[in-house]
Amino acid sequence: MKLPMHWLSEMVDVSDIDIKEYCDRMTDTGSKVEGYETLAEEISGVVIGKVVKTERHPDADRLHICQIDVGESEPVQIITSAQNVYEGAVVPVCRIGAELPGGIHIKPTKFRGLPSDGMMCSYGELGLTEHEMPEADPEGILLLNEVMEGPFPLGEDVCSFLGLREHVVEFEITPNRPDCLSVIGLAKETGASFARPVASHKPAVKGAGDDVKKYIDVSIESPLCARYSARVVKNVKIEPSPLWLRLRLHAAGVRPINNIVDITNYVMLEYGQPMHAFDYACLEGSKIVVKEAYKGQAFTSLDDVDHTLDEGMLTIQDSKKPVALAGVMGGANSEITEKTSLVVFESASFDAAAVRIASRALGMRTESSARFEKGLDSDLTREALERACELVELLEAGDVVDGCVDVYPVPKTPVRLPLEVEKINRFLGVSLTEADMRSILETLEFTFDGQEIIVPSFRDDVRCFNDIAEEIARIYGYNKIESTPFKGAVRPGIVPPRLQYKRRVSDQLIAMGYYECCTFSFISPKQYDRIGLAAQDERRNSVVISNPLGEDTSVMRTMLLPSMLECLARNNNNHGAPAKLFEIARVYQKSSTPEELPAEPLRIALGFYGSGDFYDMKGVIETLLRGAGITAVYTACATESAFHPGRCAEITDGEGRLLGRFGQIHPHIAEGYGLGADTYAAELDFEAIFEGADFEKRFAPLPKYPVLTRDFAFVCDESLEVGRIEAIIRQTGGKRVEEITLFDIYRGAQVGEGKKSVAYSITMRAPDRTLTDEEADKTAAKITKRLYEELGITLRA
Amino acid sequence: MREKLQEIKEKTLAAITTGDINLARLEEIKVACLGKKGSLTAVLRGMGGLSAEERPVIGQLANQVRQDIEKAIEDTKARLKEEELNRTLRRETIDVTVPGNKAALGKAHALYQVEREICDIFVSMGFDIAEGPEVEYDYYNFEALNIPPNHPARDTQDTFYITDRVLLRSQTSPVQIRTMEKQKPPIRIISPGRVYRSDALDATHSPVFHQIEGLVVDKGITMGDLKGILETYAKALFGADVKLRFRPHHFPFTEPSAEVDVSCLLCGGEGCRLCKGEGWIEILGAGMVHPNVLRGCGIDPDVYSGFAFGMGVERIAMKKYEIDDIRYFYENDTRFLSQF
Repeated sequence: MKLPMHWLSEMVDVSDIDIKEYCDRMTDTGSKVEGYETLAEEISGVVIGKVVKTERHPDADRLHICQIDVGESEPVQIITSAQNVYEGAVVPVCRIGAELPGGIHIKPTKFRGLPSDGMMCSYGELGLTEHEMPEADPEGILLLNEVMEGPFPLGEDVCSFLGLREHVVEFEITPNRPDCLSVIGLAKETGASFARPVASHKPAVKGAGDDVKKYIDVSIESPLCARYSARVVKNVKIEPSPLWLRLRLHAAGVRPINNIVDITNYVMLEYGQPMHAFDYACLEGSKIVVKEAYKGQAFTSLDDVDHTLDEGMLTIQDSKKPVALAGVMGGANSEITEKTSLVVFESASFDAAAVRIASRALGMRTESSARFEKGLDSDLTREALERACELVELLEAGDVVDGCVDVYPVPKTPVRLPLEVEKINRFLGVSLTEADMRSILETLEFTFDGQEIIVPSFRDDVRCFNDIAEEIARIYGYNKIESTPFKGAVRPGIVPPRLQYKRRVSDQLIAMGYYECCTFSFISPKQYDRIGLAAQDERRNSVVISNPLGEDTSVMRTMLLPSMLECLARNNNNHGAPAKLFEIARVYQKSSTPEELPAEPLRIALGFYGSGDFYDMKGVIETLLRGAGITAVYTACATESAFHPGRCAEITDGEGRLLGRFGQIHPHIAEGYGLGADTYAAELDFEAIFEGADFEKRFAPLPKYPVLTRDFAFVCDESLEVGRIEAIIRQTGGKRVEEITLFDIYRGAQVGEGKKSVAYSITMRAPDRTLTDEEADKTAAKITKRLYEELGITLRA
Repeated sequence: MREKLQEIKEKTLAAITTGDINLARLEEIKVACLGKKGSLTAVLRGMGGLSAEERPVIGQLANQVRQDIEKAIEDTKARLKEEELNRTLRRETIDVTVPGNKAALGKAHALYQVEREICDIFVSMGFDIAEGPEVEYDYYNFEALNIPPNHPARDTQDTFYITDRVLLRSQTSPVQIRTMEKQKPPIRIISPGRVYRSDALDATHSPVFHQIEGLVVDKGITMGDLKGILETYAKALFGADVKLRFRPHHFPFTEPSAEVDVSCLLCGGEGCRLCKGEGWIEILGAGMVHPNVLRGCGIDPDVYSGFAFGMGVERIAMKKYEIDDIRYFYENDTRFLSQF
């Protein structure tokens, strides 16, 4: 909401208050100021002058030498190429040193040898448009005497004279305060904020006789219209509004159109009540009926767009057809035109939700709908209508017919609330007296009936105790309420164990050199194609957004892998340096019925390129799982399309529960992301890991007896997984075997084609005595025997 | 004999103190003097031929000479060893300006660093961390928060819908409702998480962002308490010098409501590019829980009162680190991630 301060000053005097201070105080009391602008700020040194003599330049046909009286003893000589200047014309004169928008400085100059001490200017150079100056020549000099009445004080600043020089304050009005989308509403807030009186103007219409009843009959046939007030103006002369009104609308950011339309806009800005004007000649049957449209009813709005209405949309109709979509926009069929001579002014109260639904459904957001949908005061329609008619008389735009049609089936009853002084003090943490509270409420136009507060009709937002407390708090000053230390029982704040574990996982990954990522929760369904997911894969069954921003962000992801690959690809593209990334985030798993919310389990994604191989990633995963006390089983997995079929492992816990998968990204898939073959990724199920985790800590006494170590190298087929060897060693060695370390895998001529040598170091210990060499050798022999029996492998010669 | 001893002493000490003495030479001297066949040992052996009167005198002298020589040798040995060590140390001197070997340490994401820091401040004040679903019912995201269908406040939060009744939460506030439904007062929670609004991605908007919600419900909670908690929090996060400004605002689920500014982190309130000349930076929205909201959760507003607050993590991180484009957070370029 733009508030021109000249307009405000008609109601409350704040001329002695610095604009910055004004803005700060208004913000402090709840009318948030977005900022303010100073109109005509860039213009200086432009004064009113009167052309006293013009003559043709002796050396140039198109140039005129003008002598201009600027209220000084000598006239100023200005040479112009404009053709519309004549002796006696009153013009804006840019003196030497004047400044105009766009950084223009006026300097003395010469035209064909003759001096010119300034410039006359057009309205455009004063920041105005043809809407404010429809009668002026856009190419020529602005002739003030032709657009307005004198007298003209020569030498005075032209912007001040035109009222262009003012501050316009822009407010951000919250949706609960539609009353503040008006000059009057803001004047009341200003009055309360600065404890100043606010002048109230009671519109007075003289009337030109006749009787409105002879012209129009209004009926309301829907509960969605609380009140409909209408008056008729005859002998209307459609013409531009006077300059002062045009300039005022201009300052408020509204484009002037013609006197009747400008009046409706003026009243909307002043009172916050949207109005509409119909051309009476277009209303068939001299009737106005407020009723709901039927499904499929056609309507063309005055911006010439065809609409198909739906049930429940409120319309204004004559005896045959809709002529306006209530509270949203008028119809093309009853628009004010230059030929209009009889006007019906509408000032009505429509249901907020109905206006909102219709305006959204039809994609028509207007100044009017934006106000109605916040809920307007139905007590306001009549006064706004009177104001419009008063302006008609002031502007001599027509003759106002006597009488007003005002259909108001159920007048509003004021809201009454108790004044609970102690409760308010307790609630806010202040100690105000009853008198303090009453005086604050009174400045906001609340009245009292004994101990009862009567809420003014324009404050539909005030409904309960808390609302009263807020009114008092905001005028008293939020910043004056003393901050108090926290009360209540002392208790520890709890970070739930699951979240603690999440933090721990991320700390551990960071310590292992991984950078944490944050990617969007929604992806394109095409991402599933990019990682080669089969058409029937259940992970394609995503929660789908019905109104996505675009296909790219249209489904809730069921896995983190595609986002991880995108991050790796972006890093590779952006700088190419190796990157190691992780993300812990939710995935979204559709439930069986659409009305049930999806499951949102956390997953851990890991990824890197150019900084290691399969076993580097496996080492990180092993560390994580060991830290959670999980003994994991790693099984080759050739079926995950995103991964290299020979370099992907599935991780399960002891009970066969899937904990995740990881491996090298399939070269085709990697290539699709512009990544190289050295790309590795993992996706782990945080929830399964957390459920299987064992964080119980128990002390085990430090061993008292030394260890014995035996090293072995076995030769086996290349295809044999060393995991099987290790399992047999562990099984056979029993408790005595403390640690099995695979320290070398050798392939080469010495062991033969298709074979490998795997070297283990096995550490043995007895808890209760020093193990003897014989005992260790016995165990070692048992192990080699079992390995030969089970896997057919032998010690390397 | 006396002379003989004296001579041995002088000769040996002279040999020890020569300039080119080293550990090997020293050992030779030691053997040559004190060894089994050493000159001093030989003298001592010859003591048998001395008279009974002379023997103790010479014996004492011989012992003295032996001690002197031994001490001189030990001292020299220690000195030589020290000198040799010093030479070794000099040889081992390295260029300390050569960069260290890379130790792999990753970084937490800037957003999650800030999120954790904020949560921990509140946890330290006795708040529990609570979480809630991101795919949420309209009821929890709007209706239970006093935002009925077709309420204009819905406009300011353009929402992604899954079905008519299910949406992507546009705020973390539904966690308030879920908590109050489950738990009786006193309630003190802090709830971080992702929220969604259908704003196209640009320098200042993202369709996914992070909020942190707080809720306190108890007997006798006042607006002064709300201010107190938020002040404590802001000083813990931004520093003890920071000032707070509370501006009246409107949220459907709190009344009175406020927007809260902190004095600019860069200029302290003078006005600069970070605060766009205002001197203040808006960091959160807050207010006293609306009685309709309490009532809807089965909490009697005549017995209990409470306050709630919510803040955007991206916004705070951007102001704290002077990041000028929100998109950096989701691009995950390691050159960005490594800065925090």
